[in-house]
Amino acid sequence: MAIKVLKPGLLTTVQDAGRIGDYALGMPPSGAMDSFSYRAGNYLVGNEDGAAGLEITYFGPELAFTEDAVIALTGAELPPKINGDECPTWEALRVRAGDVLTFDYLKNGARAYLSVAGGVDVPEFLGSRSTYTLIGLGGFEGRALAEGDEVPIGSSDDSASRVGKKVDDKHIPRFGKEAELRVIVGLASYRLTEESMEEFLSVEWTVTPDADRIGYRYRGGELRFVEREQPAGAGSDPANVVDFGYPVGSIQVPGGVEPIVLLNDAVTGGGYATIGTVISVDRGRLAQTKTNDKTKFVSVSLEEALQARKERREELAAIRESLG
Amino acid sequence: MSGTDLASPRYSYGGDEYVFVELAEGMSLSVNFRAMAITNKLKEENIKGITDICPSNASYMVRIDPDIIHPDKLIERLKEIDDEVGSASGFELHTRVVDVPVMMEDPWTHETLMRFRDRHQDPDATDLEYSARINGYDDKDGFIAALMNSPWMVTMIGFVPGLPWCYQLVPPDEQVEVPKYVRPRTFTPKHAFGFGGGFAVVYSVQGAGGYQLYGIAAAPVLDVSQTLKDFKDSIVFPKPGDIFNYRNVGEEEFEEITAKVEDGSFEYRIRDFTFHADKSLADPHTYNDEIKGVLYGD
Repeated sequence: MAIKVLKPGLLTTVQDAGRIGDYALGMPPSGAMDSFSYRAGNYLVGNEDGAAGLEITYFGPELAFTEDAVIALTGAELPPKINGDECPTWEALRVRAGDVLTFDYLKNGARAYLSVAGGVDVPEFLGSRSTYTLIGLGGFEGRALAEGDEVPIGSSDDSASRVGKKVDDKHIPRFGKEAELRVIVGLASYRLTEESMEEFLSVEWTVTPDADRIGYRYRGGELRFVEREQPAGAGSDPANVVDFGYPVGSIQVPGGVEPIVLLNDAVTGGGYATIGTVISVDRGRLAQTKTNDKTKFVSVSLEEALQARKERREELAAIRESLG
Repeated sequence: MSGTDLASPRYSYGGDEYVFVELAEGMSLSVNFRAMAITNKLKEENIKGITDICPSNASYMVRIDPDIIHPDKLIERLKEIDDEVGSASGFELHTRVVDVPVMMEDPWTHETLMRFRDRHQDPDATDLEYSARINGYDDKDGFIAALMNSPWMVTMIGFVPGLPWCYQLVPPDEQVEVPKYVRPRTFTPKHAFGFGGGFAVVYSVQGAGGYQLYGIAAAPVLDVSQTLKDFKDSIVFPKPGDIFNYRNVGEEEFEEITAKVEDGSFEYRIRDFTFHADKSLADPHTYNDEIKGVLYGD
C-alpha cells in the first residue's frame, strides 16, 4: 500500500510525535507542529499513538491511493476533495484504490494533517519518522514530498470499523486570524528593559513571511536591552549572550525588532538572549497561524501552563474514548 | 571561582517542558566545569521524567515530561546537586584528547567569506586578518599559531547536530574574542572552522552561520550513515568535555585525510585522558604540554 504524490503542495512532510531524547546532540524534536490535530487524526483511523502521518502546509498536495485505505484529515481548514467531491474533515473516511485526494484553498489555520490507518511507514531515524527540514534528515528521504514519490503505508487490521467515526464538534478547534499565545517569561529575560517586556506583552505582533517549521518571526514593536558591559565570550552585540541552550518554543529578539519563536526544527542553542517560552499547549495554535496573522503574547505562571497541559491531555483522552 | 559567576544560579522555566539554569553570564573554564559536573551527576541519578540533559558553556538545560516530574521538584534537586558540586575545584573528568586536523585559509571558506564581505565588520580584510588585528596580533600567522598551539575543551554541542563549541584551555587574558558577522551569512560550507564570541566551532553541516571563518576541518563531526569507526555508537563525534587539539594541515595531508574519510578508513587520533580542572586553572600552559604529550607522545 502506498500513496502516490501527483502534486506535492507547498510543503508536505512526514511527521510523527517527534524525535525525543537527542537534544544534547543538537537534534531538535521535529514532529507534528500541531500535535493536538495530529493525535486526533491517529485516534480517528485507529492508529497507535506516535504513528506517522503527513503534515500539509498552506497549500494542499494531490495524492492517489494505490489500495483501499481509511484516512482522516484534521487541523487547518483546508477543504479536502476525493475524486473532486467535497468530503468531511475530523472524520474517518474510506478511500478506494485509485481515488485521488485534492484540496481547495486554505480557509483557516495553516497546517492540515492526513492520517492513514497503518501509518506512514518510512524507515525510522533515531526512533522517529519525522522529517527534520533544516538539515534534511528523517521522514521521506529527509525532505518534503515531491511529484512522483510513492509514500509507503503500513498495514492495519480492523480499519474498516473506523469508517464514519467523527470527532465531536465541541473538540474541533477554530483558527481565526488572531491568536493569543501563553508564555512563561524567563530564561534571559533580565536582558530586556522592563518597559520593553511590557511592550512585548502588549503589542499586537504580525507574523512575517519568515514563518516555518524552524521558527516564526514577528514585527510590530521595538524592544531594548538593558545596557551592560558584555561579559566574556558573549560577543559585542547587546542581544548576544554566551551561547546557551534554546528550549523549543523559546523567544529571542536579535536586533530588538523581530522576535523569533523557535519551533520543532529549530537550532538547539546559540548566542541570542531568550526572553521566555511559549507553553507546549499553545505551540499547536501558533503552528496554525500564518503570514500577516496577528499574535499577542500573554504571560502566565507555570501552574497555569501545567493546568492547560492537563486539560489538553484530558480532552485528547475524551476524544480517544469517544471514538472507541 | 571566576569573578563572573552569579552569586547563585538563575533557575528558570523554559515553558512547561524545560528547566534552564544559568550559572554565569560570562564564560570561564571554571563555570563550564561546574556545568559539566552538575549535569554528569544528574545523569547518574536516572531521574524519571527527564528526557534530555544538555550541558552548555556557562549554563545547562534539562528537558522533562512535567506529567512525570514537576519542574519545581527537579529544581529542588538541582540546587542540592549544585551545593554538592560546589566550585568544582577538584573536578576530574575521564575524557579523550583528540587530534583535529584543519586546513587554515582553505579555498572553500575563503570563497565563502569573500562572497559575504558586505555582511562583515571589515569588508577590506579577511576574517583572519580582521580577527588577528582586533585581538592584538601583528599578523594572521601569529594569530593562527595561538589557535593551534593550545588545546580546547568542548563546552557545548548543538545549534545543529554534532556542532561542537570549543573554549581554549588558556588563561583569560589570552582568550581570543571576536564578534559574529554583522548580518549572518546564508551559506557556510560543511566542516568550516569558525569563531564567534569566545568559541571555536566546526560546522557539522552546510547552512547559515555568523561566525568568522578561518579554515576547514578535514574530517566530519557528524556521520549520519555511521560508516566511520568513530561514529559506531553515535552519529555525533564530539562529546562535552572532549579535549580537541586543532592542528593546521597542508593541502597534501588534507587530501590524504579526505580520501580516507571517503573510503571509510579514517579514524581520529584519540587518547584517553583524566583531566584535572585545578591543574588546568593553576598552570594551563604546563598542563597543555602534558595533554599534547599524551596525544602525540607514542
